Amino acid sequence: MRQKQIKSNDVMLQIFARILILIIITFSIYLLLAGHNNPGGGFIGGLMTASALLIMYLAFDMKTITKAIPINFTTMIGAGLLLAVGTGIVTMLFGYPFLTQFFDYFHLPILGEAELTTALPFDLGVYFVVVGSALTIILTIAEDDK
Amino acid sequence: MTLLHWATISPFLLAIFIPFFYKYLKKIHTGWFVLILPLVLFVYFLSFIPVTSSGDVILRSVPWVPSLGINFALYIDGLSLLFALLITGIGTLVVLYSIYYLSKVKEKLNNFYVYLLMFMGAMLGVVLSDNIIVIYVFWEVTSIASSLLISYWFHREKSTYGAQKSMFITVFGGLSMLGGFSLLYVMTGTFSIREIIANVELVTGSELFLPAMILVLLGAFTKSAQFPFHIWLPDAMEAPTPVSAYLHSATMVKAGIYLVARLTAVFGGSAEWFWIITLAGLTTLMWGSVSAIRQKDLKSILAFSTISQLGLIMSLLGVGSAAYYFNDGDNALYTVAILAAVFHLINHATFKGSLFMTAGIIDHETGTRDIRKLGGLMTIMPVTATISLVGLASMAGLPPFNGFLSKELFFTSMLNATEFGIFSLESFGIILPVLAWIASVFTFAYCLIMFFKTFTGKFKPEELDVDHVHEAPFGMLVSPIILGLLVVVFGLFPNILAYSLIEPAMAAILPGILAPGEVFDVYIHHWHGFVPELFMTIAVVILGTLIFLTMKKWSKSAFYQGERDIFNQVYDGGYDGLVKGAQGITRIQMTGRLRDYFMYMCSFIILVLGYTMYRYDVFSVDTSNLSPIDPYMWVISIIFIGSVVSVPFINNRIGVIIVTGVAGFVVALMFVVFRAPDLALTQLLVETVTVVLFMLVFYHLPKLKKEPVNKRLSVLKLIISVGFGAIMTMVSISAFAMGSGAGFPSISEYFIENAKELAGGYNIVNVILVDFRGLDTMLEILVLGIAALAVVTMIKLRLKGSEDV
Amino acid sequence: MEILMSIMIGIVFTVSIYLFLSRSLLRVTLATLLMSHGVHLLLLTMSGLQRGASPFLNFQADAYTDPLPQALVLTAIVISFGVTSLLLVMAYRTFKVHNTDDLDELRGSADE
Repeated sequence: MRQKQIKSNDVMLQIFARILILIIITFSIYLLLAGHNNPGGGFIGGLMTASALLIMYLAFDMKTITKAIPINFTTMIGAGLLLAVGTGIVTMLFGYPFLTQFFDYFHLPILGEAELTTALPFDLGVYFVVVGSALTIILTIAEDDK
Repeated sequence: MTLLHWATISPFLLAIFIPFFYKYLKKIHTGWFVLILPLVLFVYFLSFIPVTSSGDVILRSVPWVPSLGINFALYIDGLSLLFALLITGIGTLVVLYSIYYLSKVKEKLNNFYVYLLMFMGAMLGVVLSDNIIVIYVFWEVTSIASSLLISYWFHREKSTYGAQKSMFITVFGGLSMLGGFSLLYVMTGTFSIREIIANVELVTGSELFLPAMILVLLGAFTKSAQFPFHIWLPDAMEAPTPVSAYLHSATMVKAGIYLVARLTAVFGGSAEWFWIITLAGLTTLMWGSVSAIRQKDLKSILAFSTISQLGLIMSLLGVGSAAYYFNDGDNALYTVAILAAVFHLINHATFKGSLFMTAGIIDHETGTRDIRKLGGLMTIMPVTATISLVGLASMAGLPPFNGFLSKELFFTSMLNATEFGIFSLESFGIILPVLAWIASVFTFAYCLIMFFKTFTGKFKPEELDVDHVHEAPFGMLVSPIILGLLVVVFGLFPNILAYSLIEPAMAAILPGILAPGEVFDVYIHHWHGFVPELFMTIAVVILGTLIFLTMKKWSKSAFYQGERDIFNQVYDGGYDGLVKGAQGITRIQMTGRLRDYFMYMCSFIILVLGYTMYRYDVFSVDTSNLSPIDPYMWVISIIFIGSVVSVPFINNRIGVIIVTGVAGFVVALMFVVFRAPDLALTQLLVETVTVVLFMLVFYHLPKLKKEPVNKRLSVLKLIISVGFGAIMTMVSISAFAMGSGAGFPSISEYFIENAKELAGGYNIVNVILVDFRGLDTMLEILVLGIAALAVVTMIKLRLKGSEDV
Repeated sequence: MEILMSIMIGIVFTVSIYLFLSRSLLRVTLATLLMSHGVHLLLLTMSGLQRGASPFLNFQADAYTDPLPQALVLTAIVISFGVTSLLLVMAYRTFKVHNTDDLDELRGSADE
């Protein structure tokens, strides 16, 4: 199998991958949080995280991923969907239509002036679904090479 | 939602719980849980009698689709209350009967009672709704419930055949009825029956009057099994007998009667309405009673008898509609027809209900319903025999039972019709009483056949599959006894119904005929003196007996040997033709080749779009507002086109992936040029993930083969694809020209202006996604999640041995 | 630029339809991918290209590029990713089960 050959030989790739993954994931989280005001958002952040994990898969193998991130990605889709739907439903509890979003500016201790919006948890839900779906699709295929 | 609404939908609500009762309380027959509901509802509806008999109505409305003026409006007047009482009253007795009829061990009671409750709720909805769209919805639900119940014993081929037939015919009628309702809306601008009646001059003056009337009548006639749509009813007898007693004699088949009665105030007074309904009714009456004679199955006799009795009521409504022509208050000359219709409606429900139940008892105890095998049951089943005798005597029109009274009124109405002097009745009117009289002779004859063949003569135990024939258990007899008693009571004291139920119902069928405060004179007499009706009845008895006594002679005839209507052949032929035709078209069209399907679709799109552009002259080019082309765009374009065009020519897997990857990345680059950084990022990442995915999959897949060259096919492919591409280019150019030139304001302005104020974000695209159009995004991630789960399902969750699927 | 893009869109659709009509299931999968590119570009082109700054209010520009098609396309990209991967996996499964990716060989019988 091609992937296994890469894994056994390429030490350089593995070392670089460790650093790369860290950077990409950090950046992806930045993108996720910045989405409301700058380029980014749940979709982009999610896809970027997914590609980081893909690099991990290419450089190492399935076992490493399941060890490093002990999450079932299929469950992650459900969690993300629940989060997104939940954000919508919470606003319903206050008598607003489904998925009404709110925002306000707060003065947080260390961070200073910050804007908090209900769109963020919704975007987070999107993020989870995207990460979960992309990885589920790819890893399912990759594992099926028997 | 008022109490009335809850009452109407309560059968549906109870139906939800039936499977649980059936599953967890196996020891108790599920019917006992169901029984309570119709009983409570019956009592509840009884409490409305003082309201309607004093001439009041009740209207409760809940908005359903307010934008279209469709309200779930419930309306109680004499007519709807009468039907509601029939539905719940007969419903109670039928459920009680079914508890003993259907074994709790052998039968799937949960299905049965869910369907039955579904029907009950829908039927209540039909008769109580004021809104015609709501009526239509419930109407179709009754059709569905009916065919589900007919096919209750779905492993029998005849049951499914009957179910399908009833479904086809009644749904066909339902759809044309919807058409008629729509026309009514077009004419009056309202879906409310009361408002349509209030604005009836809009209907009568319109040229759509006749089409609307015919369409609505198609619905009523198919449902009420009027000639020639009656063929579904005999086949519906495959249903369990409680269902036949309930749906196919007492309630559902009377929905058409209800509709005609309800709309008499709209269409009544016209010659077309009078003749269509009267003639359809009389033909049905005639055909049904003559056909009933040659049936050998007890339930088939009853089915044709039901058909003929429905025809009788229908013809009475037709004759009674003349009241709107004269419109001079309570003139017994024509209103007696409506009185007879309402009275016979009640009577028919009582005697036919009891007859179906006794037929069910005979079937249950002897194992057959074939009158050639039955005989001499009088001594073995005395109670059943007595109930049958009462019911049959009433149906035959013998005193002192209720059927006698309504049959006399029927003759009176038909004789009166000859004196109207309108609608050419002075010349053709005489056929009405003649047809009515002949049909009654046959009715009398088949009643005699049914009784004497079953209960007298020689008992033939060797013909029966059951070892020991005995009387039915008491519980099974309760319901028919109650109905039989009602037959006698209504026969002796008809006037307990007169002002409590019949008069309000008449007032509801004929609104606006009476001046306020007046009531119809509905006092029913037993003795009218030596009038023509009496002699007609005596002649019926004599001739009917003669036919019965000479049956031996008739039974050799070809007519008697055949049992099925000739119209069944039309139906079967039409059905076969439809199936064959569909298969033929499928064979031509469905080649099983994906390529052919794509060709159909693409050619169609090309033709439709091309025609539209040509016909409406929408192709336009707007060069005034183009954005300039930067020099590097040429480079990007050339790379893009080069990579895209090369895809079909590369037969190397890795090569194809690389080339499509390049195309994808160039698209990302274009997004940058088009000032869409979000898109560029997304495209870049998606492309990366896609390429990896393709790599993984292609690793397992075979090499790409060169397409075999087939000149004709290649040319065709080329024509279609180039045509499609050209059309899309034209669409793109025209759409741009429309957008910038024609000056349609863009809805995007709203998003740009409000992104900051309403959503507190600077990234407008993201704000649209998560805030303004959050629901779309949510559904989108749902789709993505489903796609991922589908992948998992396909790869991981594989059943053993499904490899060859 | 819009005319140039329209012509390119036409070419993309031509190629993808041509691929759709081929016998190999893989080429059909590639066709979906290409067609989605065509659709995305079509959506953007219809509203006009480069009509102002990127749709970020931080730029404080007088005019912004139409953000609505961009939002639509962003959604479409992700969905088309789902569709493409689903098709790809279906192609993969089909091949595993039937050992061919030739659509003509995969034809069902006429009675179905």
